[in-house]
Amino acid sequence: MAKNRKGPLTKAHISFELNGEHTEVAFAPHKTLLEVLREDLRLTGTKHGCELGECGTCALLVDGRPVLSCLVLGLACAGRSVRTVEGMASAAGLHPLQEAFAEMGAAQCGYCTPGFLLTAEALLNGNAEPSRDEIKDALAGNLCRCTGYIKIYEAVELAAARMRGEDARPAEKSLYGEV
Amino acid sequence: MAKSDGNGLRVVGRAQRKVDATPKVTGETLFADDLSFPQMVYCKTLRSPHAHARIIRIDTSRAEKEAGVLGVLTGTDLPIPFGILPVSQDEHALALDTVRFIGDPVAAVAAVSEEIAGEAIHLIDVEYEQLREITSVEDALANPEPRIHDYGDSGNLHKLISLEFGTVADGFDAAHLVREDLFFYEGSTHLPIEQHAAVAMYSADHRLTLWSSTQTPHYVHIALEKVLEMPASRIRVIACPNGGGFGGKSDPFSHEIVVSKLAMMTGRPVKATLTREEVFYCHRGRHPTHMWVRTGVTKDGHITAMHFRTALDGGGYGSYGVASTYYTGALQTVTYQVDRYKFEGARAFTNKPPCGPKRGHGTPQPRFALEVQMDKIAEQLKLDPADMRLKHLVPADSLTANYLRVGSMGLAECINKVVTGSNWKERFRRLPHGRGVGIACSSYISGAGLPIYWNNMPHSGVQLQCDRSGGVTVFCGSTDIGQGSDSVLAYIVAEVLGVDPFEIRVVTADTDLTPVDLGSYSSRVTLMSGNAALQAAERARELIAPEVAKQLDVPTSRLVFAESRVFDGENPETGTTFAEAVQAAEAAVGTIGTVGSYTPPASAGRYRGSGVGPSPAYSYSAAVVEVHVEPDSGIVRVPKVWIAHDIGQCINPTTVMGQVEGSVYMGLGEALMEEMAYRANRRVVHKCPSMLEYKSPTTLEMCEVETYLVTDPDPNGPFGAKEVGQGPLLPIMPAVANAVYDAVGVRVDEVPITPEKVLTALKRKANGKEGGGRYGPTHFPEIPWPDPTRVPPPWEGGDGKAIRPSDEDAKAAAVAQPERQH
Ligand code: FES
Ligand code: FES
Repeated sequence: MAKNRKGPLTKAHISFELNGEHTEVAFAPHKTLLEVLREDLRLTGTKHGCELGECGTCALLVDGRPVLSCLVLGLACAGRSVRTVEGMASAAGLHPLQEAFAEMGAAQCGYCTPGFLLTAEALLNGNAEPSRDEIKDALAGNLCRCTGYIKIYEAVELAAARMRGEDARPAEKSLYGEV
Repeated sequence: MAKSDGNGLRVVGRAQRKVDATPKVTGETLFADDLSFPQMVYCKTLRSPHAHARIIRIDTSRAEKEAGVLGVLTGTDLPIPFGILPVSQDEHALALDTVRFIGDPVAAVAAVSEEIAGEAIHLIDVEYEQLREITSVEDALANPEPRIHDYGDSGNLHKLISLEFGTVADGFDAAHLVREDLFFYEGSTHLPIEQHAAVAMYSADHRLTLWSSTQTPHYVHIALEKVLEMPASRIRVIACPNGGGFGGKSDPFSHEIVVSKLAMMTGRPVKATLTREEVFYCHRGRHPTHMWVRTGVTKDGHITAMHFRTALDGGGYGSYGVASTYYTGALQTVTYQVDRYKFEGARAFTNKPPCGPKRGHGTPQPRFALEVQMDKIAEQLKLDPADMRLKHLVPADSLTANYLRVGSMGLAECINKVVTGSNWKERFRRLPHGRGVGIACSSYISGAGLPIYWNNMPHSGVQLQCDRSGGVTVFCGSTDIGQGSDSVLAYIVAEVLGVDPFEIRVVTADTDLTPVDLGSYSSRVTLMSGNAALQAAERARELIAPEVAKQLDVPTSRLVFAESRVFDGENPETGTTFAEAVQAAEAAVGTIGTVGSYTPPASAGRYRGSGVGPSPAYSYSAAVVEVHVEPDSGIVRVPKVWIAHDIGQCINPTTVMGQVEGSVYMGLGEALMEEMAYRANRRVVHKCPSMLEYKSPTTLEMCEVETYLVTDPDPNGPFGAKEVGQGPLLPIMPAVANAVYDAVGVRVDEVPITPEKVLTALKRKANGKEGGGRYGPTHFPEIPWPDPTRVPPPWEGGDGKAIRPSDEDAKAAAVAQPERQH
């Protein structure tokens, strides 16, 4: 422990690709990717629920793979490509997953949402038509305390269908209940 | 724009996005920890390593000298006590002289970085004198000394309640069958995914602003005023959108007061974000509850008398505990008719994190006991448990034995829906060994009839502004914790003024800008702030309509506000845009602004204790749960739940569905795995203050849910709406227990229903041992119950008052308020 710390620690400096843009950042070298993004780059879209690798809230993509950003050092991301929720929407509009989450009410408090969105995006990138069980498996490391996950599965299925080019709509019973 | 449906509503009742859906999916929504300000510094709290100890000495000098440390606080810097209830102002922002659980805040540091603050707290030297820990209700009863608090009903008993509505002994005499059962409900915690965070800023002109992840900014405002001894008018509390609350962010918390004080001391913005471990220590979750229930029934299952005892393990502080204790006895009477009813409830102080209000507040425990006992009774009477319940429902528009006024009552339809949907008749007691179905019902309040501190002002207020551009802004103190309360305001105003809900600006949860709403607790927001918004919007329409009527030369009664226009209903082409309508009104009467407010109807009960239970409207739910039980391992899996909820009227059916599904999920967690467990033999250390060890359902445990929304508009709800945030959780735990019995023939009379408990019960059954086929408590704590307050039920000529009221009763009855400070 730095009990007799004399001055500020020397900052580390990396360059990497963040949401498609070349980015350079300096930060205290012990910082996790989560902290670098939130504190040094002020990108607060990535959330945290434990900072111990237990809840999946901080999930994002590094080189296209879902990663828990609270467990990765910022230093380990030099030269890599990082994708956060801020990179999902574009001038053209929301990403189909974001659109579907909004439409289905899959974001209640919305705190777990960025982690789910990016984990789901990685799933859909590798599997355009996942089954309900494949979706559950892919999202098993992300905790959501509000939704009971059901609207999240439905949103992922809806987005997947639209990304396959189908003119998909939410099932009536998902929005209004059974009759 | 929406088409009108059959009942003339265009916005209300339609599935649509929440007004804040887009910022929530883009990551734009700012939660408290997302805020940062120039020169912001960070706060860390030193917490007690002892469950019960006196603080002999605190030396902060080493911490103060540490480079980067800007301020250090201890209890003596904030000596004024606070607490959510006026009757239990027993907390200090930092322990003054005693620590009461492991994790109790002792000292705090503000430093230029979180790391330095985290290191500096360990430079604070605290000398403790350890006291005997009180670990359980029984321990509290056996050891009145050392007292955890110097107030309460006696020793370490915080609260004792005894109420009797009609003579239960007579009811038991009249019964065909009298059953006594014991139950235990383990404590659990909210586990919101967002850790609590707060940021305070103190300006050079002596104004304090606090941003916090709180469900109750108004109560935080009051606590800050008291503890900081500052006029409330100089304090601004802004509740950020909460990353889930479930009741866990409803108390004023130490860290909120501490960052405020540190901001005042240092002149710098100060932020505190709790670690997940600290969130476990904040707790305020479900009270572990022992229950004893004696119920008398006729041959067809009509309840002639019920005597219900609860003993709650309260943890180290009062929190909402007095209300929680009353709630363990209040709502037993609102589902099935109960002729005579007696309730005895006790809450003990123990040296554990304080318990408080978790989703369902005090009612899941008794509901579990009651619904499992109903299942046992039905079996003994050889009745189908669904049919038996259907036969004895509380009628709509009636008063219960304890003077709760039931309005609309859709439980019959709820039961019918899940019975049909689940194919109950073909499956109950007919599935192969290892598979089973169980049914349970419940009811919940749509807001409490009385405020937390005594006052006769409205519970919710709304201000509405219509500007010349046709823009509408709704201001309300309500707090969106993910349930969609901001959207409810927008939908209701949009319905009345005929504008697009997504065009409405919603400003909420800011004590500087918004009228008071008491907070997001007790499922009160849709009904109360919804009614306030409805009134404000109707008043705005009344201001605007006459001018448009003049211009169009039609009577105001013919005007329709829809599709962002105001037009003649008989001749829709004749009309103006909404913006033009506002302009005409502004020209005629000046700036267009209105207010609305809501105060619940007076409650019928006039006895001491009658303040907990009354509500403007009760929601109802029924659930059938299917389970698969592995007889070799005791593992219980739930493939499917059918649930019907009497919502009165959906404001937005999709968000209602979300609340139902989320409630099923949380109920499943409580039924099968969640427990706030301590190492009793190791000085009540929390067993598992982490998300990995505190088991909660993942996607792999969550079941399929079939949801039925039963609508039967309640006259007290806005457009007839009742609550949905909490009620649908309640039937899940007992329905799981009843289904386990159907599957393998063993009763687990406590939650969580873990594999070990199922297996133990199965072994006992196989061995033919005493108590065979059951796992559950074998005794109820010995509690020195006081003489009951006797209140004759309405059908025995009662008027809601206690018999021979003492002076105290009379005083309390006069204002129908159970627990208030005079
Ligand atoms: S914050 Fe990274 S897994 Fe919880
Ligand atoms: S939406 Fe609140 S935690 Fe998932």
